[in-house]
Amino acid sequence: MSAFNAVDDEREIDRDEFTPGLEPQPTWCPGCGDFGVLKALKQALPEVGKTPEEVLTVTGIGCSGKLNSYLDTYGFHTIHGRSLPVARAAKLANPGVEVIAAGGDGDGYGIGGNHTMHTARENHDMTYIVFNNEIFGLTKGQTSPTSPKGHKSKTQPHGNTKTPIRPLSLALTSGATYVARTAAVNPNQAKEIIKEAIEHDGFAHIDFLTQCPTWNKDARQYVPYIDVQESDDYDFDTSSRREAQEMMTKTEEALYEGEVLTGRYYVDDESVSYQQQKQDIGEMPTEPLAERYFDDDYEWERSYDLLDRHK
Amino acid sequence: MTDDDLIWRVSGGSGDGIDSTSQNFAKALMRSGLNIFTHRHYPSRIRGGHTYVEIRASNDDVRSRGDGYNFLLALGDSFARNPKENAYYGNEELKPLSENLDDLNEGGVIVYDTGLLDEDDVAELDLEERAEENDWHLYPMDLREIAKEHGREVMRNTAGVAATAALLDMDLQHIKEIMTEAMSGDILDANVTILEDTYEDVKENTEMTHDLRAPTGEYESEQALLSGSNAIAYGAIDAGCRFIAGYPMTPWTDVFTIMSQNLPEMGGISEQVEDEIAAAALAVGASHNGAKAMSGSSGGGFALMSEPLGLAEQTETPLVLVEAMRAGPSTGMPTKPEQADLEHVLYTSQGDSQRVVFAPGNIREAYEQTRKAFEIAWDYQIPAILVYDQKLGGENTNVDVEFFNREPAPDLGSTLTEEELLEAAHDDSGKFKRFQHDPEENFEGVPEGVSPRSLPGQQAGRFLASGNEHNPMGHISEDPDNRVAQMDRRKRKKEAIRAELDEDSQQTYFGPEEAEYGILTWGSSQGAVKEAVDRLNENGHSVKALSVSDMMPYPVAEVTEWLESVDEAMVVEMNATAQFRGLTQKELGRFGDKLTSLLKYNGNPFEPAEVVEGFEANVNGGDTSDLQAQVRIEPAAGD
Repeated sequence: MSAFNAVDDEREIDRDEFTPGLEPQPTWCPGCGDFGVLKALKQALPEVGKTPEEVLTVTGIGCSGKLNSYLDTYGFHTIHGRSLPVARAAKLANPGVEVIAAGGDGDGYGIGGNHTMHTARENHDMTYIVFNNEIFGLTKGQTSPTSPKGHKSKTQPHGNTKTPIRPLSLALTSGATYVARTAAVNPNQAKEIIKEAIEHDGFAHIDFLTQCPTWNKDARQYVPYIDVQESDDYDFDTSSRREAQEMMTKTEEALYEGEVLTGRYYVDDESVSYQQQKQDIGEMPTEPLAERYFDDDYEWERSYDLLDRHK
Repeated sequence: MTDDDLIWRVSGGSGDGIDSTSQNFAKALMRSGLNIFTHRHYPSRIRGGHTYVEIRASNDDVRSRGDGYNFLLALGDSFARNPKENAYYGNEELKPLSENLDDLNEGGVIVYDTGLLDEDDVAELDLEERAEENDWHLYPMDLREIAKEHGREVMRNTAGVAATAALLDMDLQHIKEIMTEAMSGDILDANVTILEDTYEDVKENTEMTHDLRAPTGEYESEQALLSGSNAIAYGAIDAGCRFIAGYPMTPWTDVFTIMSQNLPEMGGISEQVEDEIAAAALAVGASHNGAKAMSGSSGGGFALMSEPLGLAEQTETPLVLVEAMRAGPSTGMPTKPEQADLEHVLYTSQGDSQRVVFAPGNIREAYEQTRKAFEIAWDYQIPAILVYDQKLGGENTNVDVEFFNREPAPDLGSTLTEEELLEAAHDDSGKFKRFQHDPEENFEGVPEGVSPRSLPGQQAGRFLASGNEHNPMGHISEDPDNRVAQMDRRKRKKEAIRAELDEDSQQTYFGPEEAEYGILTWGSSQGAVKEAVDRLNENGHSVKALSVSDMMPYPVAEVTEWLESVDEAMVVEMNATAQFRGLTQKELGRFGDKLTSLLKYNGNPFEPAEVVEGFEANVNGGDTSDLQAQVRIEPAAGD
């Protein structure tokens, strides 16, 4: 008998269940791209059969960090840049829980960049959504790791001299096994990509373009967008690292030239998640660790039985 | 120390197997019925560099290193750098002999390997002359040659152990047993031959001039030889901890390694991750999701844990961290002990500290207090930190096996089941009130201030955990009334923890209750203080000691009562700025004129004689001009 009956609950789910009675109305600015992520999640979760109480949404700090204030699941609003290490431990301790991590481009590509790289290479079975608006929003408009070269802000008054991070390439190189880019202005594609990411067995990285109408006025609204899978202009194999890499490079460069390319870039259908690999070598229990603490019959191992080596 | 104690020092270079040789020899001495205490000195280097392990073996219940030592087995440094003229590191090859002469007691024995130590170099040490002055007994032997004859050169350690046993008149039985348990095949055969041949050879052909012999003893019950790091790991295992995340750093790595080697067989999980921020954040994530989890590091790594530590405080996520202190600041002296991270551990991370900090003083306390840390952390939903040091982590002592024969305690504390969650309070939209202002009114039997929690995946339990200040459902709130209610509730928890700890004190008392003077100490300096107190009383002083373990919340009532009972007290600690004395004065708000300090921060732990000497200088008006030890006395306020 499970102590976690929300996990794999088979009942019908209404998307309204994901709207919290406490804060039904987000405090994001009118026109903010973050609404698009919220909406896509509310649509995707019921469609993949997830109930609010079997989902844990782990966020960082920034406008994006408030996602789990407005999405009614179990939530953990952590600290700047640290959503991923919290999230991946959640998946190790209680693998039945559906773990979604989210944060902004400063959170995931700046202060938490090291965690992004390492979580991707470990290939944890989870979804990571980066709200990429190419700016620091909540702190009022500073240059971010994805701001274009030359971008002027209060903290870079003469323009940004740094080359922006290449989010898709970073994820691929680090070891993510599902890499996609979508945009708030493209809700249907966003929903489908989130569904695929959730169902993917491994680390699914979504670079989610979320326009900031307040602090990044001169930036594109990410329209018109092109879906690289739909377009006849692009033809590449998403299971090939080499072709994916080429397409990612093109996409990352195109964004700064005003062309918004989106879609799936790399999908490794053979991916074996970190949890599975750890179980295969005997470094993770096959029964969720969290369940054991509720099992009154479990015989807990004792140090008393380890003492032979010390006698 | 009784005169019968054997204090054996084996010295060589890093990578020469000094540690494992000493471990085996210590075990053999323990099996012969003696109490054991070991002290390890090593450089931050993989190959080469002077290292030694000291084993004290006694019929008495020794819990500290002794004063000096009385038997040196100097093996030579096989990985020494070639000395260039004027190189600041000098002749490394010779250091296992030359560096250890100053501490050798009168009547001491020296065995050194002439196979590795150059005769001309040794001659420059004026060894014969010094031996005569100090009544040392020299036994040069070509251990390398003996080892080569029967096996390989590296087996010279075995030849050295055999020579030790022969010179101390020890039986080979236990040494052979341990070899048989640790080795097999040709390696075992070769080692046994070397052991037996060397032993016989020394017995027959060496003229023994020294009086020192190995003491003999007998136990009433079976003993286990283990380190402070073992005790911490075993305390965690017995508390039901099955998740650890970490990043290697000396000396914390020992705990991390022991846990990582044991957890998989127990269905637990160990994660070595990218940095210490991640390590502590993983422990928070695992705990939030239902595992009893821990992490830890040493000073520099612990600094990185400030953020997740604060997150655990604010989200009331149970967590145990360990901090293995080494000499700082910054990289400091990575392999040397110091007690200078106390303030760091108490106050790091923004906002008011909301944590529990224990500093165990010996190996048994390390085990007990690790269990207690888990119990408090999970009952009260608060991070609990064990602060110890390179000394306690690395020293080995014998513990009664039955000490560990007790029930495991995997309980998740104030965590609700789904049935209980269905009965609990929710807001109108079904969100569980995880952070209630007055949980005492709604839940029976929870400790004061504790609002019971749910775990992701449980039905009827969803809530938001946030590092921001939050309302009862966990949502971000900056409402002043809510803020005060939440802060006050979290403060109530700490008061309740203090009350609970007062019921069964974790502080340790030594010496006669009615004594005139006091010695106050904390953490791993306890052993040296304990022995010093015995000696001071034998010398006619009237002294008692209090070794404090609870650093936060501080045991105000207990320490106040004790300080009121003495005329003066000297605070003994291994740091330069008297951190524990400062904490005591801050917490008690008085006694500034009663407290002097004895401080040591040269990278080596206190020897009992240094505490005795420091104390005597102190009671004689604080005149330090005659002090032999590298210690410092800090007068009381107003003196």
